[in-house]
Amino acid sequence: MRAIVASDAEVSPRFEEVLDLAVRRLHPEQPLRFEFTPENLAWTKASIAKYPPGKQASAVIALLWRAQEQEGWCTEPAIRAVADILGMAYIRVLEIATFYTMFQLQPVGSTAHVQVCGTTPCLLRGSEAVIEICKARIAENPHELSRDGRFSWEEVECLGCCANAPVVMIGRDTYEDLDPELFDKVLYGFKTGKLPKPGSQIGRQASCPVGGPTTLKDMVKKNAAKV
Amino acid sequence: MLEDKDRVFRNLYGFEDWRLEGARARGAWSDTKALIEKGHDWIINEVKASGLRGRGGAGFPTGLKWSFMPKNDPRPSYLAVNADESEPGSCKDREIIRHDPHLLIEGILLACFAMRAHTAFVYIRGEFMREREHLQIAVDEAYAAKLIGKNNVNGWDLEIIVHHGAGAYICGEETALLESIEGKKGMPRLKPPFPAACGIYGCPTTVNNVESIASVPDILRRGAAWFAALGVLDSAGTKLFQISGHVERPCVVEEEMGIPLRELLDTHAGGVRGGWDNLLAIIPGGSSMPLIRAEQCQDLTLDFDALAKLKSGLGTGCIIVMDKSTDPIKAITRIAYFYKHESCGQCTPCREGTGWMYRVLERMQRGEAEKREIDLLFDVTKQVESHTICALGDAAAWPVQGLIRNFRDVIEERIDQYQAALKEAAE
Repeated sequence: MRAIVASDAEVSPRFEEVLDLAVRRLHPEQPLRFEFTPENLAWTKASIAKYPPGKQASAVIALLWRAQEQEGWCTEPAIRAVADILGMAYIRVLEIATFYTMFQLQPVGSTAHVQVCGTTPCLLRGSEAVIEICKARIAENPHELSRDGRFSWEEVECLGCCANAPVVMIGRDTYEDLDPELFDKVLYGFKTGKLPKPGSQIGRQASCPVGGPTTLKDMVKKNAAKV
Repeated sequence: MLEDKDRVFRNLYGFEDWRLEGARARGAWSDTKALIEKGHDWIINEVKASGLRGRGGAGFPTGLKWSFMPKNDPRPSYLAVNADESEPGSCKDREIIRHDPHLLIEGILLACFAMRAHTAFVYIRGEFMREREHLQIAVDEAYAAKLIGKNNVNGWDLEIIVHHGAGAYICGEETALLESIEGKKGMPRLKPPFPAACGIYGCPTTVNNVESIASVPDILRRGAAWFAALGVLDSAGTKLFQISGHVERPCVVEEEMGIPLRELLDTHAGGVRGGWDNLLAIIPGGSSMPLIRAEQCQDLTLDFDALAKLKSGLGTGCIIVMDKSTDPIKAITRIAYFYKHESCGQCTPCREGTGWMYRVLERMQRGEAEKREIDLLFDVTKQVESHTICALGDAAAWPVQGLIRNFRDVIEERIDQYQAALKEAAE
C-alpha cells in the first residue's frame, strides 16, 4: 500500500496552507499490524450478510468504522485488513477513508477527541468561545494531542443539532446548549473520569423550548402523572 | 396554531416511550394491514391527493415520485430513506429517529408496498450514532413482532437495512447517497438515468426524506383530505420547523405549512432575542438558501411559494435567525467555508469555485477587498451555479448571492472602513 500514497514530504505543507485545501493523508507513523478482535470479526460478518450477495463493498464504511472504534483511529493496516475482508482493492478503501471526514487518519486523544461544531447556527450562538477553550485547555492546533496525550480536538461541520447550539461531540454522544463555563465542566468531567451526562447541559428535554413545551402539553402532563 | 389533534409527530421531544409499545399507544401499527389491502395504486393516489411534498428540501411531490417506479421490472426495487441530515440549520429527522422511529418504519413498509419494493435502506449520517442505535433497536423490535420481515402479519415482505455514513454532507444528495450505499465515495451521478430507472446496484430506487416517509402512515389513516386541508395551497399539511440562532428559546416544533414567520418565532421560540425590531435577517430552509432581510420578514409566511417569490426557499423548514449584533458577511463566510469543505471535488466549477468564493469572502469580512470585487464575486457565483453535476454548486452560490443582493451596503461600508484605516496608518 505504501506505493499508492505520496509521502507527506513530497507535498510542501505551505502550499496546502496557502490554498487551505482539505487534504487528508495517512499518518507517517503507522502501527505494524491490525486484527479485528474475535467479537468484532463476528460483527463484521453479520454486517456483510445484511447486503445482497456480491455487494459486500456496501459494508465498507461500517467495517472501517468498527476498526476505528477498536484502534481509536483509522490506521493503514486497518484499511488493508478491511479491504482484504471485503475483497476490495486497497486504493478503493483508502479512498473511502480519506473521503469521509469522520475517519481519523491520525492518533486522537486517548480519553476524548472533541469535535466542535463551528457552522453558522453554532457560530451564532458562541461556538468560537468553545474553540478558544479547546485551544487553551487541549492544544493550540486541531488534531494535535494534548501534552498528556489524553485529549485532542477539531472543528467539524454541522452536527445536525442546530436547535441545541452550540454543540460538541465526544465519542458517541453530543453535549448541547453549551457556553464556555458549561463546556469547561464537560471537559473537566472527562478529565476526572466523572463523565458528564450527554445531551443538553442546561437540562432541557431534547429540542423542546426552554421552560417547557408550547405544544402537546396534555401529553406531557399525562407523563408526569405516570412518574 | 396547529391543534394537537392534528399533529403527526406526537412524541417529538421524547417525553414518552419511543419503543414499540409507546408507538402503538400513540396509534402506530394499528391497522397497517388494512391499508395495505387497499392496494398499491390506492396508496400512491392518496399520497398524491394529500399534496405531500418532499420534506428534504426540494419539495418534489412524494406521490408523483413514487409513481415513477416501474411496475413490471425483473430487477428488485429499492427504497432509500435519506437520513443524512447535514444541512446547517436542519435538525428534525434526528428527533423523528430517536423519539418516534416506528413512525418511520411503518412509513417505510407502506412506501415499499406502494412501490413494490421488498428492501429498504435507511442511510443515516455517521454523527447520529445514538439515533442509529435507537433506529436499529426499533427495526429489531419490528422484526421480532413480525411487523416487517418475511411472512409478516402485514402481508408484504420487507427487509430494512440501517446503513451509516461517516461525515460527508454530499451523501445527502440522492445519487451520492446511492454511491455511498454501494460502498464508494459519495460523488453524485449524472442524471439521467434517474434513480427510478437505475439506482442502488443498478436497480430502480426511490430516495425519500425521513419526515416525508414518517408522515405517510398518518396521511393514509386519516385520509388525504385531512392533510390537504392543513397548510396553504401548494404547500399542504404540517411540517417540522427548526428554529436556531438568535431567538430566546431555540426549538424544533411541528406547525402548519404557511404559518407566518413572526407567529412561529413568537409562539414557540420566545421571539427574536431583543425583540422583533432587533431582527437583522433570517436564513430560511437551511444554509443553502439565500438570506432574507428583516424588512421582507414582516408578513412573511413559511411555504414553498412565498419563499420562492423572495428568491429563497423553504428547504427543510429550518429558520436560522440573526439579530442586529450579527455580522452578516461573517455568517455567510462560514457557510461558504462549509461548502468548500463539503464539495466532493468532482466538478471543477464547484471544487475550485467554493474555495475561491470562501477566500474572497474571508477578505471581504475584514474589508480587505476592492469594491469591484463584489460584482466579480457575484459573477463567479453565477459561473458555479447550475454548471455542476449536483446541486451543491447551487447551494454554495445562493447564500453568497443572497448576501450581495441584501447586504451590499454592509460590504461596501466595510471596505470603506478598511481603506480609511489604511490611509490613516499611511499618513
